[in-house]
Amino acid sequence: MAHLVFTQQLKRFTEVPEVDTPAPTLREALQAAFAINPRLQGYVLDDQGHLRPNVVVFIDGQRSRDRRTLGDVLKPESRVHVLQALSGG
Amino acid sequence: MTATRAWAATRKGLFELRRSARGWGVARVSFLAEPVSMVLPPVGGSGRMLAALNLGHFGVKVHASDDAGATWREVDAPTYPPQPEGGKDAEGPAWKLVQIWSMEALHGAIWAGTLPGGLFKSTDGGEHWELVDSLWSRPERLGWFGGGYDVPGIHSILPHPTRPGELLLGISCGGVWGSREGSTQWELQAKGMRADFMPPEQADDENTQDPHLIALCDAVPTSVWCQHHNGIFRSTDGSRSWQEVKPPIANFGFAVAVHPREPDTAWFAPAVKDEKRVPVDGALFVHRTRDGGKSFEALRTGLPQQDCYDLVYRHGLVVDGTGRSLLMGSTTGNLWASDDAGDSWTEVAGHLPPIHALRFG
Repeated sequence: MAHLVFTQQLKRFTEVPEVDTPAPTLREALQAAFAINPRLQGYVLDDQGHLRPNVVVFIDGQRSRDRRTLGDVLKPESRVHVLQALSGG
Repeated sequence: MTATRAWAATRKGLFELRRSARGWGVARVSFLAEPVSMVLPPVGGSGRMLAALNLGHFGVKVHASDDAGATWREVDAPTYPPQPEGGKDAEGPAWKLVQIWSMEALHGAIWAGTLPGGLFKSTDGGEHWELVDSLWSRPERLGWFGGGYDVPGIHSILPHPTRPGELLLGISCGGVWGSREGSTQWELQAKGMRADFMPPEQADDENTQDPHLIALCDAVPTSVWCQHHNGIFRSTDGSRSWQEVKPPIANFGFAVAVHPREPDTAWFAPAVKDEKRVPVDGALFVHRTRDGGKSFEALRTGLPQQDCYDLVYRHGLVVDGTGRSLLMGSTTGNLWASDDAGDSWTEVAGHLPPIHALRFG
């Protein structure tokens, strides 16, 4: 199953579960995490369900490109990292 | 009664200020290092209070406290509904919350004014929010544009002190809007304002005025003052019409505070317009009028008069219920207090983060 990990920076604000999920796409994998902690969704996605501008997702070492529909395909052994961009101050 | 507690929402946290025999001081810091864009003090002095955070990476959040800031719990943030894919409704800024710029509570409701130009209402103490669609769906909204930010925003929310459902809103840049029908009907109320930043033939367009802040007199709510991008305007008919008043030294600035019982008394924090936005000649002062704008005093005692580059933003100058205690905070992290209606000032803190908003309560 795909394994989903969130940046530990988010632990300052809300719980960040590590998730193993059979989800076939990034959006469905994220939904599995949001089902555990609904508050987490607003930290990763904006009002329209798009990836926040300063959040970045890596799937098996490749940066996800579809920031609106989050349709990137996951393999059963995929490792997904949800990180904050290195911006701001 | 003279205020003994106040709040400073800053770029790096929420600071609780307490007055002791030695004057004002910092009593507590919440959300250290997080940007706090606005704070709503405890309603009635002891009830629910709210803080609006603007996390750089992770969006806008709202936290609630029922013990005056000792402990906090995250509640829902306002959220825009799904944006239509096409048609007229799809035009304009993305329906995504950028910032909470204002919060007010009265008559059992809490209001939040946001970028990009949304008004949200909560009837459960800020646990949940609903977009006020009657304003959001006005066709004039697509004529608004950003003032200070990339998108328009509601920075002033003035509930009528005694008539529930009546509100005045100040929008940069979208004029002044009033509701007299339980916040379901809205009317543009910026007649008399002037926008030099627009093409000459559009300078009087009410829908693109830039009121930096509007404030009213609690005891005489038909008396409304405005620090506008183009100067100072005053209304004596509840925002039906506005007249410009002209202070002698500088008419540019962001903040205005109005005496709670004397409708002709107001304070302003002037700056060099428009591209510079620093104190005139590097010397900070507060403008005060006590005669409805016919004359102004430049109050300088206790404020830096040399090499000063502090700018006071919209919500950085406040007066308490007595009309004599004021606080003023700057983008340079300086905080001053006055207990004699602005005649003299003392420094409360000189090294705070940039101050977004001050509130008594």
